[in-house]
Amino acid sequence: MSGESVKLLGYWASPFALRVKWALKLKEIEYQYVEEDLPNKSPLLLRYNPVHKRVPVLVHDGKPVAESLIILEYIDETWKHNPILPQDPYERAQARFWAGFIDEKCVPAIMSAFTNQGEEKEKAAKEARENLKTLESALGGKDFFGGETVGFVDIAAGWIGLWARNVEEIAEVNLIDAETMPLLNAWFGRVLEAPVLKECVPPRDKLLEHNRGFHKILTAASS
Amino acid sequence: MSAEDVVLLDCWVSPFCMRVKIALEEKGIQYEERAEDLFGGKSELLLTSNPIYTKVPVLVHKGKPVCESSIIVGYVDETWASPPLLPSSPYARAQAKFQADYIDKKLFDAGSSIWRTKGEAQEVAVKDFIEVLKQLEKFLGDKDFFGGDSFGFVDIITIGITSWFSAYEIFGNFKVEDHAPKLSAWINRCMQRKTVAKVIPDPEKVYEFVINLKKMMGFE
Repeated sequence: MSGESVKLLGYWASPFALRVKWALKLKEIEYQYVEEDLPNKSPLLLRYNPVHKRVPVLVHDGKPVAESLIILEYIDETWKHNPILPQDPYERAQARFWAGFIDEKCVPAIMSAFTNQGEEKEKAAKEARENLKTLESALGGKDFFGGETVGFVDIAAGWIGLWARNVEEIAEVNLIDAETMPLLNAWFGRVLEAPVLKECVPPRDKLLEHNRGFHKILTAASS
Repeated sequence: MSAEDVVLLDCWVSPFCMRVKIALEEKGIQYEERAEDLFGGKSELLLTSNPIYTKVPVLVHKGKPVCESSIIVGYVDETWASPPLLPSSPYARAQAKFQADYIDKKLFDAGSSIWRTKGEAQEVAVKDFIEVLKQLEKFLGDKDFFGGDSFGFVDIITIGITSWFSAYEIFGNFKVEDHAPKLSAWINRCMQRKTVAKVIPDPEKVYEFVINLKKMMGFE
């Protein structure tokens, strides 16, 4: 749309920024991407997100929106074509519930498996597997959480397919179990290979090295 | 539509349940309140309709459960259009959701830390809680309500927890009014509203509840 300015403050390795990139791409919205040099947060970021001071932040005609899931809803309400959330209020509530479940349950468990060692690590990995198994129940027999096409929950959860695999390799844990969660496993492959989404995914080798670097720092600090 | 169509699995002292009740009252929706005894044993309906978190509130509308209080309030707003609880512009809606998200993440936990701690840890907890209140005052600004001139989504999300403030004040030995006078004024303003006055419990009763909760959880 002419005369509109859409800017995304992000970080190449942030799964939360990736969610927003996916939504913008699915809606075919042209935007300017601003790469934050984390941890050196720019004055712009601090001005646009003074409360949490983190990416992603969407700036639309100079007005900032923060928190990835809130940004997704904002994008969906502002540009109404290629809808991300379903129309029906009950379906919308379900989609929001599962997106919340990912952030409140799956993310902390995966992070805990990544940052801990020994028994703590195994306990966290077990919890992560249980949470992912629960998430699988929302998929049912569908191709995507959104049905036949990618929707809100797919965008919210797709990153796990990349990041969790890196955590598995680096921390030597099992998170996505093909045997116990075959449907979710198949969905990860499908969502990361989906035409528009595939293009935005960060380079795998670079991400793995980046995560590995982080892991060294985290485990060195705790030993 | 009868009250049987809308069932709320509820607990009188839960600020999260208060959110849903206020939203339903604002919309003029008849509903059946089913009290859950969270310490005695959760009902079959609660366990089957919210198997993941087994928490109240759960709204069961025509047999279909909706969980998580902020999501339920959004569902109520989208299902029964009038009066709208969220503003109409996408940007204002995003701001409201952002503030509600902040309150969800920070306010109740910061308050809980006050009665769960003692001594120096409690002083830190009180300081942290006051910081959260100051951020809420930033959100409120000079407006009557969080959304502007009328009572809306963020007010509904926030007002219930204020019934626990008296308990926090007694345990933490401080007064909200001293640190966040604008917020105190906002609380009084909201309590003038019929729907809010109907739902919010007596802070004295909440304080007694917290004393018992402390004993039960071994925080003496």
